[in-house]
Amino acid sequence: MDDLIEGVLNGRSRAIARLITLVENDEQAAETAVRQLHAHTGKAHVVGVTGPPGCGKSTLVNELAKAFRRQDRRVGIIAVDPSSPFTGGAILGDRVRMADLAGDRGIFIRSLASRGNLGGLSQATTAVIKILDAAGFDIILVETVGAGQSEVEIAATAHTTLVVEAPGMGDDIQSFKAGILEIADILVVNKADRPSAARTVQSLELMLHLGDGGSTRHHGRLLHNQAERDAETENGRWQVPVKSTVALEGQGVAELAAAVVAHRQFMEQNSEWQTREQERSRREIEMILQARLWQRLRASVSELEREQVITAVARRELDPYTAVNDLLRQITNGERS
Amino acid sequence: MVVERTLRILIGKPGLDGHDRGAKVVARALRDAGMEVIYTGLRQTPEMIVEAALQEDVDAIGLSILSGAHLPLMERVTALLKEEDMGDMPIFLGGIIPDEDVPQLKALGVTAVFGPGSSIDEIVTFVQESAARG
Repeated sequence: MDDLIEGVLNGRSRAIARLITLVENDEQAAETAVRQLHAHTGKAHVVGVTGPPGCGKSTLVNELAKAFRRQDRRVGIIAVDPSSPFTGGAILGDRVRMADLAGDRGIFIRSLASRGNLGGLSQATTAVIKILDAAGFDIILVETVGAGQSEVEIAATAHTTLVVEAPGMGDDIQSFKAGILEIADILVVNKADRPSAARTVQSLELMLHLGDGGSTRHHGRLLHNQAERDAETENGRWQVPVKSTVALEGQGVAELAAAVVAHRQFMEQNSEWQTREQERSRREIEMILQARLWQRLRASVSELEREQVITAVARRELDPYTAVNDLLRQITNGERS
Repeated sequence: MVVERTLRILIGKPGLDGHDRGAKVVARALRDAGMEVIYTGLRQTPEMIVEAALQEDVDAIGLSILSGAHLPLMERVTALLKEEDMGDMPIFLGGIIPDEDVPQLKALGVTAVFGPGSSIDEIVTFVQESAARG
């Protein structure tokens, strides 16, 4: 393990790859790794890319990685695809769209299966981000599984969240719904060469401005041009931009990459970076706490006993809250003895 | 401590032929057997395959070749694997590969060749056994 940690800190690919496998499979290894690496992290800009299946996330990640490489930043990529709820197997196919990035030592791509986690990421994602951060990658692009409306876990994991939409996926009302659109720091309309792209951009912008209370603050005028938005951003409020891209042709990608960098600068100038770090740490602790509680429960109450409790609830002999209170009591009693 | 590990298998197509049905069938079968399949798709160079195997830390590599270029391609793949200290990686091939080339491929480090007519169960069992040894 110490060799792997040292290898990771020196940015060696093999060590990075091996440690990720360990962290994915073994809770104890994850603890050891995170304990040793945590102090070496906190430098990387973690950028989440989420959106519905087929909207172009992988292609966009491929193009963004190329754009950041042109600025000589080292780029780590974590691409999550879903695991089968039945067999646990998975097809991890995001590399198909990232063939351009092959042969560049400044890029490291790792595909992860969601392994039963429903938030759009996998349980190990946070630890994998840490490994890439400690290995010296400047930007870490995290691509979620194809997400629908409520897979918002990425927002608590990344510093900057890109929500990617494609034209023609529903009417205006979709853009007013709560959920995934709310977590965007940058909205991206990909496949912008499609006929209805302009309307998609328009309805997203309208949604953003209504949320701003824009009509009163701006005398009923929507902020249409970028200069006005930039001025707002200077006043300490991040204005979520809507960026159009045609990822397959690289169109709009340089502007999108610039928006990502602008968001980081904004965060640094407005103590938002610290706020997000606070939130990321909060989430990390909650996740570990949850996993540890489960572990303790399994250690102090046998599977048979747990099944008996479940059966009692199913038969209406016990209500679920009383059941949980009993289980929790058994964990704490187990601690004392 | 024995840790249960999900097998990770790379499935790809080196070279220039575009017939990916076989690779997809095998990928799907391995998925259904509970493995995580890193599917890299068509037109992979040996360098791309070995880089992906390294970064993804896979337990085995399965390649489908119907172009006839299996010997030079596999020479390069196995040489690169050795360079990256992954010389013991199980490698299995599918596609159109003449029987007389099989001994030479095995000498290069290919573990098994599954030609047309191979059963899917046979392939899945092979992968489970050879990958789990590592």
